Amino acid sequence: MISVEHLTKCYDTFPAVDDLSFEIGEGHVYGFLGPNGAGKSTTMNIMTGCLSATSGRVLIDGLDIFERPKEAKRRIGYLPEQPPLYMSETPAEYLRFVGEAKGLRGAALEHQIDSVIEQAKIWDVRNRRISSLSKGYRQRVGIAQALLGNPRAIILDEPTVGLDPIQIIEIRDLIRELGRTHTVIFSSHILSEVQTICDQILMISRGKLVAFDEPGNLEKQLLTSSELILTTEMDGDELSGLLAGIEFISAAETEKSGGGRITARVRTDHSDIYEVSRAVFCAFAAKGVPLLELTLKKASLEDVFLELADDSAEAGAGVPPDGPTESESEVDEHDRDLEA
Amino acid sequence: MTAIWKHELRTYFHSLTAYVFGAFLLLAVGLGALRYNLRAAVSNFEFALSYFSVILAVIVPILTMRVIAEERRQKTDQLLYSLPVTTAQVVAGKYLALLTVYLVPLALVCLYPLIFSRYGEVYLPTSYGSILAFFIMGAALIALGVFISSLTDSQGFAAGIGVAVILFNYYSVSLSEYVSSTAFGSLAAICVLILALGALIRHLTKNENLSLGACAALLALTGAAYYFEPTKFEGLLPRIMSELSLFERFYVFVNGVFDLTGIVYYLTVIVFFLFLSVQSLEKRRYN
Repeated sequence: MISVEHLTKCYDTFPAVDDLSFEIGEGHVYGFLGPNGAGKSTTMNIMTGCLSATSGRVLIDGLDIFERPKEAKRRIGYLPEQPPLYMSETPAEYLRFVGEAKGLRGAALEHQIDSVIEQAKIWDVRNRRISSLSKGYRQRVGIAQALLGNPRAIILDEPTVGLDPIQIIEIRDLIRELGRTHTVIFSSHILSEVQTICDQILMISRGKLVAFDEPGNLEKQLLTSSELILTTEMDGDELSGLLAGIEFISAAETEKSGGGRITARVRTDHSDIYEVSRAVFCAFAAKGVPLLELTLKKASLEDVFLELADDSAEAGAGVPPDGPTESESEVDEHDRDLEA
Repeated sequence: MTAIWKHELRTYFHSLTAYVFGAFLLLAVGLGALRYNLRAAVSNFEFALSYFSVILAVIVPILTMRVIAEERRQKTDQLLYSLPVTTAQVVAGKYLALLTVYLVPLALVCLYPLIFSRYGEVYLPTSYGSILAFFIMGAALIALGVFISSLTDSQGFAAGIGVAVILFNYYSVSLSEYVSSTAFGSLAAICVLILALGALIRHLTKNENLSLGACAALLALTGAAYYFEPTKFEGLLPRIMSELSLFERFYVFVNGVFDLTGIVYYLTVIVFFLFLSVQSLEKRRYN
């Protein structure tokens, strides 16, 4: 429903967003991931018509956000990084203004205000001044504002930044709930957050898209270069000799960890990490030496991200995005429920 | 637009701004009425209006200082950009709200001539003509204030610059007697004005080439005009200064002439500054 086509935004000569293209489908939660300064906010500002693009275009349901801004903006709700709240007003007054500005009137307006207050769970504070609300509640008022007018897509820019852990969990739950009825796009620089809430992850680095996939697939992508950590009671040279004799192992570093124990970090190129751990176990068993620790270190999204960001910096070109397919998304929905 | 208008009105009437503005305006007009109509027993209400009209130089910037600057500071302008309303609608809604706040005390002032007419002979057409002119002049000053507020994110700065600009405009006629009326003096002043205009263009568009080009073209034109017809430049600067004075045009109404060119002049000023305000807001989207 949202397509971003060859978007470029330059501040003077510095490209904050560089030839970015992707397609957002209906009804998923999309995580927009990247380190600070990667161009997340800039992209979101352009997608919502708050900022102009140097070149390229953004289509919301086929409507260009710059050529037909009124119709396009009705289809999206936006919460910028700093919630745009009028501090001297109450949430009820504020939401009434935003609703009216979005063209709602009369009974429809009343109904919408009540329903977003309900959804964002700000019923208790609706008649208190926004300036006296906590950061978490302010964020909720901001989300309620984005929900007004029942837009099909909701874009949230770093909605959990600056909140305490409980508030973060609450906002995440809220986003998850919204994902059932709306397309949600939210940005974050925290991987674990994106990993738990999103069906799809867009990774962006230096203004370029470096990956666009499900969280699981992204992990799989780099699982091949995984690590094993093992601890045993052996002589260093003896251990090196033993490890050298095992298939699949490409590199090993050993390190004394005190008490006569030694820890080795073993790298492998084999695609199935369990195959490698089996070989290691059998080799030690044959020697009659007990393995005190055997840890499989799978690549986390963090590693994937760092690797992809590095790649893009070196190569200067992004990994081509893999568009999501319908069947994948159903599996993902299931995964997400399990995690939740 | 009505949503913005209602929202702004609520802000003004929830805060002190509207009341302070109204109180000072009524005080100024009241002092004038006291001096001319009650003490001196003059039946012309228009003198009461013009007596203390310089008060507008202080209360208009106080009214307009927050209108756009505060949105920027609180980052609520992001909301306005993301709403399905155009920048022109935002500026129009805000401007109409300011005019409404201005109209409330003026509506009370409209009663004065009627009250006075019960106790003596008051020529109502000039009284109400002057009130209308006073309203439109204030509207022009408010448009100027909106533009100044759109240039910055600091309310204090917007107010300070606003007071300075309006005061300069108020005194420009008396100042014009002191400035050089020689041809060369006018040329120098016009060159300075062109450079200031260039700086404003550069601030608004962030485009060096455009501002330099505009400056160079205007300077060349002025230079050529000076070279061929230096006599035209004699006394030009004082003339420009008194022509630009918004208050001077108001005194024409006070003297009993309903001057349509004055009305057109005020409307032009309003449209000009509102247009610039829209551009200034749009600029934020394009930088």
